[in-house]
Amino acid sequence: MSLLTRSFVRCLVQASSRNIHSTAALASPTKPEGRTTCTLIPGDGVGPELIYSVQEVFKAADVPVDFEPFFLSEVNPALSSPLESVVASIKKNRICLKGILATPDYSNTGELQTLNMKLRHELDLYANVVHVVSLPGVKTRHQGIDAVVIREQTEGEYSAQEHESVPGVIECLKIVTEAKSMRIAKFAFDYAVKHNRKKVTAIHKANIMKLGDGLFLRSCEAMAKLYPRIKFEKMIVDNATMQLVSNPHQFDVMVAPNLYGNIIDNISSGLVGGAGVVAGASYSAEHVVYEPGARHTFAEAVGKNIANPTAMLLCASKMLRHINLLHYSTQIYSAINNVLKAGKVRTKDLGGNATTNEFTRAVIMNLK
Amino acid sequence: MALRILKQSNCAVLQALKRNYCSAFELQHKNPVQKAIPKIPKAQYGGRHTVTMLPGGGIGSELMNYVREIFRYAGVPVDFEVLDIDPNSESNDDWDNAITSIKRNGVAIKGNIETKSEQIGIISRNVALRNELGLYVNVLHCKSYPGVRCHHKDVDLVVVRQNTEGEYAMLEHESVSGVVESLKIITVEASERLARFAFNYARTNGRKKVTTIHKANIMKLSDGCFLETSRRIAKEFPDIKHDDMIIDNTCMQLVARPAQFDVLLTTNLYGSITSNVICGLIGGAGLYSGRNYGDHYAVFEPGTRNTGTSIAGKNICNPFAMLNASVDMLNHLGHTQHAQAIEAAIYDTIVVDKIHTADLGGTASTTDCIQNVLKHLAEKHVSCSTFNIAHPQINKELARNPENP
Repeated sequence: MSLLTRSFVRCLVQASSRNIHSTAALASPTKPEGRTTCTLIPGDGVGPELIYSVQEVFKAADVPVDFEPFFLSEVNPALSSPLESVVASIKKNRICLKGILATPDYSNTGELQTLNMKLRHELDLYANVVHVVSLPGVKTRHQGIDAVVIREQTEGEYSAQEHESVPGVIECLKIVTEAKSMRIAKFAFDYAVKHNRKKVTAIHKANIMKLGDGLFLRSCEAMAKLYPRIKFEKMIVDNATMQLVSNPHQFDVMVAPNLYGNIIDNISSGLVGGAGVVAGASYSAEHVVYEPGARHTFAEAVGKNIANPTAMLLCASKMLRHINLLHYSTQIYSAINNVLKAGKVRTKDLGGNATTNEFTRAVIMNLK
Repeated sequence: MALRILKQSNCAVLQALKRNYCSAFELQHKNPVQKAIPKIPKAQYGGRHTVTMLPGGGIGSELMNYVREIFRYAGVPVDFEVLDIDPNSESNDDWDNAITSIKRNGVAIKGNIETKSEQIGIISRNVALRNELGLYVNVLHCKSYPGVRCHHKDVDLVVVRQNTEGEYAMLEHESVSGVVESLKIITVEASERLARFAFNYARTNGRKKVTTIHKANIMKLSDGCFLETSRRIAKEFPDIKHDDMIIDNTCMQLVARPAQFDVLLTTNLYGSITSNVICGLIGGAGLYSGRNYGDHYAVFEPGTRNTGTSIAGKNICNPFAMLNASVDMLNHLGHTQHAQAIEAAIYDTIVVDKIHTADLGGTASTTDCIQNVLKHLAEKHVSCSTFNIAHPQINKELARNPENP
């Protein structure tokens, strides 16, 4: 008995002495405030309206972030800022909040590379991350989805290498390199480690494209050996799409080459409520561009005040977390969550009839 | 001679491979030939780095908490993958995981990891780490802080130490009972690489002289090989002065007149001795940080390797060695502005405010030191809380195209 009491007391003493250390240092003077500059690309379609919503929320929460806006557009090249100045701004600020750029299926200049692709290549934004998570109060077929889609977006089918070898025959080159496959695989595993995730699934079609997708798959397998505590699985893309719509809970982190990633992004966004509620980000070694996860400009809603700003607000919240402004990030995140959970203010895509402005105001009212 | 040993040990490995059985221990330690390590991309995404953190035993976990606290406060874009290693555990699971973690992150900060067992076959984990990652050089920069009570003022020297072979080759055996032989391995290959590192370091850091520390008068072949190699490499660097000194004389000179030294180039054991002597002269184990470099990996740690188990949890240990290690790490990662801010705060705390812990003859507690560093960060270095601080690389790029906004 005495032994028990003694060890209990010792436990208490140890615990309290440990507390002294950590809390004393925590009770430090308030955090120094500097202001961070962020490049802003409103994009086409409803982009400007969504960005306005973010700016309103930032103003209300008094977030120490300044924006450096650039109008960038492919459909109207005459009005667009030159790509070089946008790239220079992102290189300087290292972060960017971006709406969606409309990509026409013709080319004004005969160039095959779209503006989006050029931006990605200039900044080497090779990894696109879309966090697909079921939101409270959003009614969908499946509940409790929490998956991350990681997409390589600088090579593969999007190489912009197409030509007509003989009339009537077009060849489009899909390029897969070992260095870039290794890099995206490592990104996926590092992401899994950092965010405490358990499993990485590589999406491929190596049974048909034995060399191209085979290389991608082999790179993922090689990288998996360095992460023995993370489960690695592979799945063929057609099966993966079926599994996603029938049993999405089996997925944790998915890593895919360019086109498959794009398709998986859109399927999984659809599963949790559509393009208006899913946030994404594109990473290079030095820069991050935050943009909605499913790339739709929603051009038919321009000026109607009905677009859902949730995705853009979630992007902004994720951005704040990235630049060490954790407090503001969680403040905005929980405000969005509260509004969605209460379910009183809903935009049209979620079955309500609130306007963009009403939703934004509801988020601001919920800031604590 | 050195070559012969190399050949022999190669044979040992070959034989082991032939008999289709080769323990990890044999592969790792009976093969002093440098291993080719495939290059793995760095863990740097969107301007944030991921770094492995091994708190180790004793005061390690306390100190790491302070490092994280200061990083969070200064807004350093570094995330830690913290891995605790149970020193009492018999299995090597945690340990293997720690090493793969460093392999994939490329950079680590560590406290000292205890190896309790004195059993044969169980190797020191610190040594195993260096061998496994090929961290062939250890750099310890000792620059005295004015105002710290110590035996010598104005010491400013660098110890460049061979980290993977020499006396730490761990090849020991009892040939007949009562007679134990311990092999000291020196290879031309490793010595050359080390010497080249030392001279390059001297050149890039504006230092004038490299002194090779040896005992070639007794160990004519092994230390002779080390000395000869350094002399040969010195010819490639005519702008750096080169001389050599015997280890026992070096120790005496260090205690008597340390100012005569600039960069010291040493084998493994001598490096351990000289760095401890110097640290003892200018303020003890609690101030200086060491850096370990290999071809692909870098590991940062307090300069003198002890766990401080006896003072753990008493809030009296000196946090500056670990903080300096974190500054070294930031410099290595290229976050120079954050590094400078934290370094200046440390300097002001030690030199201007004279907040010293008991080992420096002061009365302050560890938390006093940390609070004071945080205070300085708050006062002077407001700018480092924004995320826009550009990498030096980008600054250069912007300087090249001034017309860009």
